[in-house]
Amino acid sequence: MAQITRLQELLYEVKIGEVMTRKVIQVSPQTPMAEIRKLLREHRISGIPVVEDGKLEGIISIEDLINTLAESAMDATVGERMTRNPVTLREDEPVVVVINHFATHGYGRFLVMDEKDHMVGIVTRGDIIEGLLKKLEIEYHEEEIRRYRVSHIFEDVVSDRTSIILRYDVLARDFKHAGEASSNIKLVLTRLGAPLEVVRRAAIATYEAEMNIIIHTTEGGEIEAEIQPGRLILRAVDRGPGIPDIAKAMEPGFSTAAEWIRELGFGAGMGLSNIKRCANEMKLESPEKKWTYLEATFYLDGKNQKALPIPSSEGGRTGGL
Amino acid sequence: MKLQQIISIIEGRVLVDIGADREISCAAASDLMSDVLAFAEPFSILLTGLCNPQVVRTAEMADIAAILFVRGKVPEAETIALAQKKGIPLVVAEAPMFEVCGRLYKAGLKSCDISCRFTRP
Repeated sequence: MAQITRLQELLYEVKIGEVMTRKVIQVSPQTPMAEIRKLLREHRISGIPVVEDGKLEGIISIEDLINTLAESAMDATVGERMTRNPVTLREDEPVVVVINHFATHGYGRFLVMDEKDHMVGIVTRGDIIEGLLKKLEIEYHEEEIRRYRVSHIFEDVVSDRTSIILRYDVLARDFKHAGEASSNIKLVLTRLGAPLEVVRRAAIATYEAEMNIIIHTTEGGEIEAEIQPGRLILRAVDRGPGIPDIAKAMEPGFSTAAEWIRELGFGAGMGLSNIKRCANEMKLESPEKKWTYLEATFYLDGKNQKALPIPSSEGGRTGGL
Repeated sequence: MKLQQIISIIEGRVLVDIGADREISCAAASDLMSDVLAFAEPFSILLTGLCNPQVVRTAEMADIAAILFVRGKVPEAETIALAQKKGIPLVVAEAPMFEVCGRLYKAGLKSCDISCRFTRP
């Protein structure tokens, strides 16, 4: 299902120029039809563009050849039997355009032009299938290799306590980049092979913490994700102004957010309780009420027991997550 | 219910055309993103009148399968670009929120389960 969805995306991403056949056999209008039969068979193709003085005159296809044979008119020239004014496409158009054209025109091939209207290739169903499959295969392998490399890091790197630490600076009021840290942390956790249910909880909590820094701080702060064998520790630290009453702040629905933040869909007073709900453990402090330290721990083996899944002394020698 | 069915039921206009064959588990309708983060289930559809990029980010984090904007609201280019990048389909319905919800509920689409909302994992 994921692959099918990706295939659909590729139809829009991949350009015709990437999948088309570039070496195109051409004929002139004076070529006898008998010659066409030979060319189509030898090259195992289904259509040939007809060009005269560098100008595209038409296209001669296997259908035209069959009609010519049926009418016993094989002594005719290509110019007499070709399809004139062939439909052309631009090489920078997405592949989905060709597919729509197959459906609307019923032709099996389209000539591809560059921006100066020079013919640069020809595209058939076969070209599209082959091009997309190649692309899918390459992407699939790349992601597989990445996942493989990353997921073995805890086996390959031996220490008494191994962890990967990701740090992201979060600026106050920076709505433009809001969610980038969370997005990156989510990707890393996925590549590390953490269970998807835990990845989702961690991503939601990180996003809430990231939004909190953007919305509520004056000087911004930092999101840190420390991944150890078996668990993720998320830390959100800011530089003020701090929380006067932590218990109050933790109440679902309590909010100090301004109206314009609510209009953006945030500041409903659900952030901290969301983080608490998502995490296996959570700690919130506001030392001297001047800044805030949030720590949320997630058990990456997907189990919910509070005991540490892996003793730290064995940390470095334990494989995977 | 497939996303394609939802699109035809609400006579939606597709802005980011991917995953029309996705199976949608349930629906969450809200303009409060924290609420969505709290109760939207994976593979659900989000119905909202909010159009900023944070809607797409919320969907990304919560594994939401599609976003439906109500009242004919078309999001800014940035929102569309982010959805494209993250592989999240975007659809616009002309009808107001209440009607969109009503049509989909009548067609058999259910609400996301909110019972887990305030409980720990």
